Amino acid sequence: MLKQIRPALLMIVLFTILTGLIYPLGMTGLGQLLFPHQAGGSLIEKNGKVIGSELIGQNFASAKYFHGRISTTSEPDPKDATKTIAVPYAADNSSASNLGPTSKALIARVKSDTATLHAENPSAPVPVDLVTSSASGLDPDITPAAALFQVPRVAKARGLSEPAVRQLVESHVSGRLLGLIGEPHVNVLKLNMDLDAMQGSRG
Amino acid sequence: MTVNGWLQITLYVVIIIALTKPFGGYMTRVFNGDRTLLSPVLRPVERLLYGISGVDEKEDQHWLVYAIAMLAFTMAGFLSLYALQRLQAVLPFNPQGQAAVGEHLAFNTSVSFVTNTNWQSYVPETTMSYLVQMAGLTVHNFLSAATGIALAVALIRGFSRRSASGVGNFWVDVTRCTLYILLPVSIIVGLFFIWQGMPQNLNAYTAVTTLEGVKQVIAQGPVASQEVIKMFGTNGGGFFNTNSAHPFENPNALTNLVQMVLIFSIGAGLTNVFGRMVGSQRQGWASFAVMGLLFLAGVATVYHSEAPGNPAFAAMQVDQAPSALQAGGNMEGKDVRFGIANSSLFTTVTTDASCGAVNNMHDSLMPLGGLVPMFNIMLGEIIFGGVGSGLYGMLLFAIIAVFVAGLMVGRTPEYLGKKLESKEVKMAMLAILVLPLSMLGFTALATVLPAGLAGPENAGPHGFSEILYAFVSATGNNGSAFAGITANTMFYNSTLGLAMFIGRFLMIVPMLAIAGSLAAKKIVPPSAGTFPTDSGLFVGLLIGVIVIMGGLIFFPALALGPIVEHLAMTAGTLY
Repeated sequence: MLKQIRPALLMIVLFTILTGLIYPLGMTGLGQLLFPHQAGGSLIEKNGKVIGSELIGQNFASAKYFHGRISTTSEPDPKDATKTIAVPYAADNSSASNLGPTSKALIARVKSDTATLHAENPSAPVPVDLVTSSASGLDPDITPAAALFQVPRVAKARGLSEPAVRQLVESHVSGRLLGLIGEPHVNVLKLNMDLDAMQGSRG
Repeated sequence: MTVNGWLQITLYVVIIIALTKPFGGYMTRVFNGDRTLLSPVLRPVERLLYGISGVDEKEDQHWLVYAIAMLAFTMAGFLSLYALQRLQAVLPFNPQGQAAVGEHLAFNTSVSFVTNTNWQSYVPETTMSYLVQMAGLTVHNFLSAATGIALAVALIRGFSRRSASGVGNFWVDVTRCTLYILLPVSIIVGLFFIWQGMPQNLNAYTAVTTLEGVKQVIAQGPVASQEVIKMFGTNGGGFFNTNSAHPFENPNALTNLVQMVLIFSIGAGLTNVFGRMVGSQRQGWASFAVMGLLFLAGVATVYHSEAPGNPAFAAMQVDQAPSALQAGGNMEGKDVRFGIANSSLFTTVTTDASCGAVNNMHDSLMPLGGLVPMFNIMLGEIIFGGVGSGLYGMLLFAIIAVFVAGLMVGRTPEYLGKKLESKEVKMAMLAILVLPLSMLGFTALATVLPAGLAGPENAGPHGFSEILYAFVSATGNNGSAFAGITANTMFYNSTLGLAMFIGRFLMIVPMLAIAGSLAAKKIVPPSAGTFPTDSGLFVGLLIGVIVIMGGLIFFPALALGPIVEHLAMTAGTLY
């Protein structure tokens, strides 16, 4: 019995050094050397200022931007630290709705969001990913259907033609890897940045 | 369900089948102490570790010594992890200034990570310093996995050795497993993950002003190095709260595929190790077949229940149908890049194994979609399973199946030439029955105590499912959750901690007793009356035993949760 205590203690110390310090710190060094952009969080800049990460979704509320998934993340209430307030796309506190399929709260939320979106574009039913909340609360993507659905609103808000905006959306669709793996998606932040750039170039 | 969805699932199955034999061959060499490709580099490190810690690598341990070594190692790990969490505020690598973790939470988290459960009652990005993530949680992702694999190898030796007194050397098994299997794969795949977009840095969180002019704080950290071993060791504890749904933990469909392959690879490979060590790879493939069939049934059920979407949305102007432009289906709690097929597959894989990482929120699965992960864990995570624990769990069921077959024909049962006597069968039953006792017992307790009823955030049968899932997951050392349960309370942290402990060690000790008792037996040559355990008949019998035992024990509880919720949903009832 006692014979096993020395190896137990020493092995924990040795493996902590090996797998808990040498390994992760070595990987950090290698990562910074080989893939500095990704290792740093895939940050993107606009006019020299970091405005986000290409992998992390942002909240878009204005009519002139494409909107992302519903995010149910929260932050501590600055007025009362024991409470939380809804802050969508809080990238330092990821969370999901965790509402079950028979939840009244879920159905009421979907009903109200669907009514709003349908009024905005009555020509088509609302793609389901626009009225459901993401798993990460930080989903950077929407489906091509959800992006196309928003084209009329965005075009109108910006005074652009619908075909021009639609074309931009189509150029942002990432297909499946090798035509097989994953699902087609559109990165909302990159699409919106290019939208700003497109309008900027037209003055 | 779409053709593409099934093709993606098929691709995954093909990769697992293709990996099993070569990886099994490599692992067999490692555990037999043979030279491998990596020996020139790793052998000196291995000898150094033995030298410093005073391990005699030639020593062959009796099963009790093996068990004591395992328990001492786990206890030492528990203490170091507890201390790291309590002291993190004054230790380095804490750019966010995380405060010391509270005592109940630190207890729960320590038990959770040393038992390979990785249940998380906390939000990692607001709780844990980088030092705890690296020198605490990552370390135990390695060591609890190596411990599980070592135990499975000890049981295999019980079958393969004849008239032997020992089952191997725990320290050698853990060391070789970590050095030759876990670390090399973690380094290579970890670099691949960084390339694909996972952060690997020690920076403070990045504060940015978004395109719309709002402030956003982006959590950072040494993510990739932890992520890879989290999956490969079927640990499942996320670097971030939303685990493998978080874009930094799982940036795209390719990393998602690789993560799922990592989860099954050791469990599948060990079936081949088993076959090789007992002298017939067919025996290993028989276990593989049982696991594979149960896996396919699970993934088909989840996919089938998630793909049509939520019937409650049918009356609204919502498009849930799959098309070239969208995956459709039940997208609540799912991310777009994974859609329905990859979310359904991930859910099945992570609960077949004892991983517990999630790329979608199990709480928001359809009722029958949520039943599958729960049932997978209830069966003991023997479908490829946790690293090591899957195989030894399956072998315990195989002992019961052979015993049942022996009863039918009135012969003393034999498995792989070893006569199974009352001691082995009793121990196997003990190991198997302790799981439902903890899962159902604690659930019952939580549903009558106010402190338990305060947990679930959903009402009606779904709230019951949240409690049931928590204790099933903890006892099964899975760690996934119906996450809409407030578990960071004294009641849940303590009871779940206890459940994790029971589920791990009260299964392991009887299992090691079987290993020791089998190793001491002679091998009886097969005769005309021997029931062949590499046949289709045996595969069918074993599946029957597993499903009937699981069904009988757990059906009442499942009926109160997901089944009644499904019926209520079809009747249009909301809660």
